[in-house]
Amino acid sequence: MSPVVEFRAASYRIGTRDILNSLTLSVQAGETLVLLGRSGSGKTTALKMVNGLLSPTAGQVLVDGVPTTAWDPVKLKRHIGYVIQEIGLFPHYTIARNVGLVPRLEKWDEPRIQSRVDALLRQVGLDPAQFGARYPAQLSGGQRQRVGVARALAADPSVLLFDEPFGAVDPVTRLDLQKQFLALRRDLGKTAIFVTHDVREALMLATRIALLHDGTLDFLATPRQFLEAKGDEARAFLECLDWKVDTP
Amino acid sequence: MNSDLASEIVQLTLEHLTLVAAAMAIAIALAVPAGILITRRAAWRPWVLGFANVMQTIPSLALFGFLIPVPLIGGIGKRTAIVALVLYALLPILRNTMVGILGVDPAVRESAVAMGMTGRQLLFLVEMPLAARTILAGIRVATVTTIGTAAIAAAIGGGGLGVFIFRGIASVDTTQILAGAVPAACIALAADGALGLLERRWRN
Repeated sequence: MSPVVEFRAASYRIGTRDILNSLTLSVQAGETLVLLGRSGSGKTTALKMVNGLLSPTAGQVLVDGVPTTAWDPVKLKRHIGYVIQEIGLFPHYTIARNVGLVPRLEKWDEPRIQSRVDALLRQVGLDPAQFGARYPAQLSGGQRQRVGVARALAADPSVLLFDEPFGAVDPVTRLDLQKQFLALRRDLGKTAIFVTHDVREALMLATRIALLHDGTLDFLATPRQFLEAKGDEARAFLECLDWKVDTP
Repeated sequence: MNSDLASEIVQLTLEHLTLVAAAMAIAIALAVPAGILITRRAAWRPWVLGFANVMQTIPSLALFGFLIPVPLIGGIGKRTAIVALVLYALLPILRNTMVGILGVDPAVRESAVAMGMTGRQLLFLVEMPLAARTILAGIRVATVTTIGTAAIAAAIGGGGLGVFIFRGIASVDTTQILAGAVPAACIALAADGALGLLERRWRN
């Protein structure tokens, strides 16, 4: 089966600085590929190349077998769901309008948008009657993040991109959102690329982990294989799991 | 108060309002698009803002005077007065349009682009509604100052309540000065109040 997203020696360079250096990687339908790495490792850059927010300065990124540069930029973006840490909900739109944004841009008819929005809000665990008419400022961080996920799912995209989506919420809410992510994947079987610097989150959510280090792919493995990794950067991340409270 | 003065107050107030309304309509039509443009073309920003800034720094009486010999837009009368008022009103609208749009949360802008909004949709569905209050605040400031400045239009035959004021100064007649100044102040207060109300109503 052909990959949904494929990086072919994709590089991104600003001036003389390589942000991402010749990344080659493919993402198969239904899998969750986690891009794991420290700040500045190039993981967000790689993610933004998928929906064309950035274009590779060398090499190619293919979505459904077509290079992103050959896609109509607007079509490509509507074809891909995108969730970021800051969420970026429109403060002047109600929750229902935020979720229905892409369907409305795609000119669905109103009843269809309505029922889609209701179904999505329920799917992410928010009661449409209770939350639909509210504004983003009236929701908690965790609730806003759920709305962000619902909005990304709205037009039934074939790929979802997540850029540290749960980074700004408290750990209890984060676990809640992570569990919901797994439940949604089980129910919808969407392909996802997920950027994080949290190794625990990577192990929990990934079907495969791609470890990026200084703009290059350091290690690519399943979570189980990752736990056995011998490389320095992988060990550095795994050490984060080892710390225990001293017992006197 | 005799009825001649009363009817003249009404007539000159209407003239004054016409001057202000025409100048503001033109200034908004020019400054809002120009303000949007300089959020897209950062290189043009110092030139456009610089022009509006310079216009603002010229003393108003001098600006009216400078325009008299200019062909097409100049001369004596209402047209010249309106041109000068427009030049004065540009800066606050221009600056607030730019600041309002640039002040939109970058995460909101990024997600709008990532959702597949076109440039036009980003502007009209996201940036303009979110900047509307700031733009309106600029229009409010410009309107209030224009109402005051329009009094000077009488110096170049533009009419309006300034006619009373200049006549009053020339004949040392306080009644005449007040006949111009009081209605002008009332218009300014009313406009400020009305636009302020609109500003607060916007988006709850």
